[in-house]
Amino acid sequence: MRQFALSLILLIAVSWFPAGTLAFEAEEEAWFGPEDSAQVLRIISTADIAFIAPMITSFLSAEPDSAIHYTVAGSTEVQRAIVDEGAGFDVVISSAMDLQTKLANDGWASPHLSEVTSTLPPWAVWNDMLFAFTQEPAAIVVSTTGLNGLPLPQTRNDLINLLRQHPEVFRGRTGTYDVRQSGLGYLFATQDARASEVYWRLTEVMGGLDARLYCCSSHMIDAVKSGELLIAYNVLGSYAINRDDRDEFAIILPEDFTTVMLRTALITRNAPSPELSRRFIDHLLAASHGSSAIPLTHPALDLDRVDPSLNRIQVGPGLLVFLDQLKRRSFLSEWASAMFQN
Amino acid sequence: MRTPVAHGSLRRRLLMSLLASAALLAVVVYFVVQSVARQVAQDSQDNVLTASALSILDSARLSNGEISIDLPYSALSMLDSLSDERVFYAIRLERVFLSGYADLPSAAAGRDAPNTPAYLSTPFLGEEVRLATVRRRVSTDQGQRFLEVSVAQTLSGQKQALARISRSAMAIGAGFFLLSVILAGIIARSAIRPLDRLTASVSRRGPKDLRPVAAPVPSEMVPLVSSLNSFMRRLKQSLLRSEDFIAEAAHRVRTPLAVVRTKAEVVERTSTDPETRKAVRDMIRAIDDSSRTAGQLLDHAMVTFRLDQLTGEEINLHRLVADTVERMRPTTELKDITLTATGKTALGKAALDTAFGNATDTDAAFIMGDPILVQNALHNLLDNAVKYAPAGADVDVTLKRMSLDNGQYARVSVSDTGPGFGDADLGLLPKRFARGANTQAIVGSGLGLTIAKEVVEAHGGRLQIANSQGGGACVSLLFPLSC
Repeated sequence: MRQFALSLILLIAVSWFPAGTLAFEAEEEAWFGPEDSAQVLRIISTADIAFIAPMITSFLSAEPDSAIHYTVAGSTEVQRAIVDEGAGFDVVISSAMDLQTKLANDGWASPHLSEVTSTLPPWAVWNDMLFAFTQEPAAIVVSTTGLNGLPLPQTRNDLINLLRQHPEVFRGRTGTYDVRQSGLGYLFATQDARASEVYWRLTEVMGGLDARLYCCSSHMIDAVKSGELLIAYNVLGSYAINRDDRDEFAIILPEDFTTVMLRTALITRNAPSPELSRRFIDHLLAASHGSSAIPLTHPALDLDRVDPSLNRIQVGPGLLVFLDQLKRRSFLSEWASAMFQN
Repeated sequence: MRTPVAHGSLRRRLLMSLLASAALLAVVVYFVVQSVARQVAQDSQDNVLTASALSILDSARLSNGEISIDLPYSALSMLDSLSDERVFYAIRLERVFLSGYADLPSAAAGRDAPNTPAYLSTPFLGEEVRLATVRRRVSTDQGQRFLEVSVAQTLSGQKQALARISRSAMAIGAGFFLLSVILAGIIARSAIRPLDRLTASVSRRGPKDLRPVAAPVPSEMVPLVSSLNSFMRRLKQSLLRSEDFIAEAAHRVRTPLAVVRTKAEVVERTSTDPETRKAVRDMIRAIDDSSRTAGQLLDHAMVTFRLDQLTGEEINLHRLVADTVERMRPTTELKDITLTATGKTALGKAALDTAFGNATDTDAAFIMGDPILVQNALHNLLDNAVKYAPAGADVDVTLKRMSLDNGQYARVSVSDTGPGFGDADLGLLPKRFARGANTQAIVGSGLGLTIAKEVVEAHGGRLQIANSQGGGACVSLLFPLSC
């Protein structure tokens, strides 16, 4: 396992890097592979290091001379790093599909065509620039113990009926994303609203029960676990299922429709190592699609089970609509009026 | 005869011109189809862009004097529906940017026309885009203002469509050219056909046929054909004139020769000097020779004349042969030559009459033609045979039916037991004034076989010359049977 020793993962605190060279706010950085490698692939990503590490080690085992510098940042910081600062990143990985689409649409991505990309399903590639490599559903996370024998809701209508029938149980104990703060929450909300009117009814019901609002999926799950919440709506399912304590709550993929977020990757327009970037993207896609895929998401998250009601968020200019300031303003005001009824 | 120098080919030139114009047209078709397709593709793209921009424009609402725009999801997603396209938009109130891409130009800049969509092709963010701008008048707190929406789209779908259409246009052009090649071949062939027909009709003619070309020809060929006709007329006149001249000369010479011969005979009889008598005998021989030549020249002229206006009447060849043989008999008896006429039917006059009375005679030979010419031809053959055969020889005339080259022929052969043609080239003998190699001692003009040949060929038959196996000559006339 000398190879593994070489590609020793170096987790380094942000402060270790000379401050000031990067004005955007990086959360974490890591170096994979030999330290003195001539070929370095620079990735900026919203995904945690632990999430992506298996993919990177498998790539580096095929490319022993290369190294990967991995930077984790929030989705808007990723956007700033590329657009405002032109920081020298090769590959951008993000769960913010709308921002990724905007990057590609605005010409920050370079097209990539290969044998691997030509075999991708149509939904997984846009304009040969943006490639999806995970499918991560929005789930309803329910505290199994807290429900006290009430039936588990399988659809949004079930959920609405449950909430309406037992307002005293659920008052103040439902939660969802604060879509004003969370990009992913906004993405899920807009897609839900686009898919069905039931979203607005659910929001009104939750608003009437003084729903709590959260910034992230982890907080919602923690709240469910601690008993603070009974039900959390639109939790990132892939995150929930990857947790070690996932037996302590139920993860429900709504049967009426399940909104699926696609994590996407692109190669930047002026990538310093374009060839290495292409090889990495091909490796990433080959490992994520097809029959022999080893997806990064948990195998228990069986999307085949809900396939007919799968509502994959479509990569494309339609996503730009919800980035529009006027649109965003009107959507948020509508959301706020449904959520805050008093 | 000198072969004409060929310079170029009408058919090839016609074909080349047709092919060149077809190729030119194919290229034109290709470009026209492509440019029309480009226009159509452009128009349809413009329509989609306009629809998208109008749907954005329609979503604008005025609330509390402020513009709010609820951008429809489909407004941008429709532009991406068929092919992945990068999409840009900008919403402006007059010059004030409201939302979208602030740098996106307006296609309606500097235009006043408020309601018609304007289009623009421009590079934007590193790629060529097509842009549509629509406007609407809205009332705001500051009064009437123009709300303007511009939507732009990259051209990858259009480029794909155009590449596809370009391939189709190429195929159409190629197909058009291929069809033209086939048609050009047919046209060139049919355009040249009258010329081929004229060539065939002129070269099919016999050597003596100098009639003008009467068959209708295309107007372009009329000058050529009329020059040809006039040339042939002049040639014919000149031929006739020389024949006339020869006949006239022969006629003029023959009468004085007869007088000179008579005088010479008198001198021969009255002279006692053997030297003088021998000289006069030689003279008489020379005179005979000349007079005979003159006679044959006259015959020849007559034959030529009659051949020009060949009449076609039915000739009973048996009767004709029998008559000619009988007419020749006094001469043969003088020279002590046995003249026999044989055939399946005996050719004796009486026998013939009997045979002729019998309608069932299967050997009756009828041909179409001029009896005087046929008789003259046969007479010349008999004359030659009697003349060249020594005294006491046999001359035999036979008439037979025979088939040759899928045709039924009557064959009249004259064979003798004379010296034959010797080693002379048999093909050259029927030429005018050509004589065999062993004939110096005998008076002759060399026209007899010529006349026979011309006559038999004018009747569609042929002349055969051969040496008989037991010595002696055999000349045959083959006439095609009329029935």
